[in-house]
Amino acid sequence: MNEKAEELNRVEKKDLFGSGHRACGGCGQALAARLVHDAAGENTIACVATGCLEVFSSPYPDPCWRIPFLHSLFENPAAVASGVEAAYKALKKGPVNIIAQAGDGSTADIGFQCISGMFERGHNVLYVCYDNEAYMNTGVQRSSFTPYGAWTSTTPMGNPTRKKNLPLIAADHGIPYVATATVDDFRDLQRKVKTALSIEGPKYIHILVPCPLGWGHPGELTVKICRLAKDTGLFPIFEIIDGKVTNVKKIPVKVPVEEYLKPQGRFRFLFKKGVPTEKVAEIQEIANQNIERFNL
Amino acid sequence: MLKQIEGSQAVADVVALCRPNVISAYPITPQTHIVEDLSVIVGQGKLDAEFVNVESEFSAASVVLGASAAGARAYTATSSQGLLLMAEVIYCIAGMRLPIVLTCANRAISAPLSIWNDQQDSMAVRDAGWIQLFAEDNQEAADLHIQAYKIAEQTFLPVMVCMDGFILTHAFEPVDIPEQKEVDDFLPPFKPRHIVDPRWPRGIGLYADPRFYMETRYILHRAMEKSEKTIKEVSADFAKTFGRDSGGFIKTYKLEDADVAIVSMGSVVGTIKDLIDQLEEEGKKVGLLQICSYRPFPRQEIYNVLKDKMNIVVLEKCISLGRGGILASDIRWSFPRAEKKDRNISSFIAGLGGRNITVDDLRHMVERIEKEPVELEFLGLKKELIADKDL
Repeated sequence: MNEKAEELNRVEKKDLFGSGHRACGGCGQALAARLVHDAAGENTIACVATGCLEVFSSPYPDPCWRIPFLHSLFENPAAVASGVEAAYKALKKGPVNIIAQAGDGSTADIGFQCISGMFERGHNVLYVCYDNEAYMNTGVQRSSFTPYGAWTSTTPMGNPTRKKNLPLIAADHGIPYVATATVDDFRDLQRKVKTALSIEGPKYIHILVPCPLGWGHPGELTVKICRLAKDTGLFPIFEIIDGKVTNVKKIPVKVPVEEYLKPQGRFRFLFKKGVPTEKVAEIQEIANQNIERFNL
Repeated sequence: MLKQIEGSQAVADVVALCRPNVISAYPITPQTHIVEDLSVIVGQGKLDAEFVNVESEFSAASVVLGASAAGARAYTATSSQGLLLMAEVIYCIAGMRLPIVLTCANRAISAPLSIWNDQQDSMAVRDAGWIQLFAEDNQEAADLHIQAYKIAEQTFLPVMVCMDGFILTHAFEPVDIPEQKEVDDFLPPFKPRHIVDPRWPRGIGLYADPRFYMETRYILHRAMEKSEKTIKEVSADFAKTFGRDSGGFIKTYKLEDADVAIVSMGSVVGTIKDLIDQLEEEGKKVGLLQICSYRPFPRQEIYNVLKDKMNIVVLEKCISLGRGGILASDIRWSFPRAEKKDRNISSFIAGLGGRNITVDDLRHMVERIEKEPVELEFLGLKKELIADKDL
């Protein structure tokens, strides 16, 4: 293995997103934030949206960040990061890694316009979406990343729509790098962050981050649930480099969606006395379509 | 150098002389000419700055927020709906103590849609913690921008320079545009206080629970009050350097021995001065109090010049619906309670949505209040357009 590949594949632990945060036990987002910033390194500015990550990491006077942290609003980290990048260019400072980051509600819904603008203008910023598939910070309300069938506090009968596919929408902006990742595979996630940061221009990484509170599973299952999300085909892992889908992570042994759904309280009502309802079959169909589409 | 130019061009020219590092804006009438002109200045390489063409005013404000937090001198301009769309960020910029300068080309607010001038837009964010300076004419609008950066960067408060849309932004007048060296000598380079920089990792924009939040608001309020001193000093310094009075806290015109005091702000004071001159010839003593700094509000100054005036009329281009004149409320508040008994403070709303305010309208206003004080009146209201069923 050459030196560059070795560096890309090395798992980094620098504690730049340090201990002392106040996330729930088993929080996928806290784990992802640590992995992302440890991969990015000290020369990084984090532009963070209002949301769980911001709330559990930056209460005055005890933030847990060891890199510069900038927060102002829920929907604007992409625009704020654009401004930071413009300032660095104008002041002839840098190079510096600028990472705009937010949850799925900020990314897919209220901040969508800012993100599209940042992609289209070509800012040299990495945007990371921590996708826990609902508005967790406000109490598990539906976002447009909430999957079909899932209970949230605003979809008590199950979410009637499918997840918005932002990785593909991001790629269609013509940005040079898009990737999906989960928090069970540290090496893969950190390699993607390092790869993204080595590329000039806007980048998008979409990370699935289970939320024990909102999804209704024990905290120790966070990593296992990520694996099941991948192995069922419900969360495909791939990169899109210069518009081409590549490095698709093949599923070694395909797992029925039931195994992913059953440990999660948000899908419990899809089973009547342990027997799957029609909706489970519909979710299996979504997984099958992903498997076919991305050749998983 | 004296130039016969459009108000927007004058503002763009002086903003460029202030050497902002990052400019971000979104088009909205009547602000557009300012940022168009700036984009040309940047495009021609006359100003070394990043010009970020964003997809909304909300993003424009967020971009300058990020740029300022990264240590850049930042500029944006907007108007009306654009300012309202920015509102969330406007509060953040002040709370984060980022010394951004924004030009508000004052315009009415929907609905109904109106692209024409009044001052409802900047009034809607008057409580956000921004210094708000109102320009009388294009020379002052230009001069205020140079002062605005100096005030902002000394106080770490953002400054909104308000100039009446169309009436000023689109008017051609002779404007003295200073030389680059003069501006450089007056306005030192920006020295930020806290920035996001990996060399000195720190958090900007932490959240404050109930143990801490209120103190941040108190400090911001005190900073707004204390900025009075800076605004006056910078204005005096400007007069000394550039040889003309611009800005400051308040200005007066023939007020000292006036029987009636008219209080207003923005471009309409020019028309008011014309009326005052006409009335003087007719033997009537009317004077003007012009508010230059609306926030911080010059309460003490106002009291000092109005304390002997028993007949005061406030003319403003905005309204707090369900309450009345906004500036009028502020003026009424400027007097100690015990003194209010015999003092008449009349309130007139005028010029909403670009309705012309003529000298005759103003003459009618003065004649009205000479008869009796007016609690609230819409000047130049066309009663014939209003059906009984609408009232």
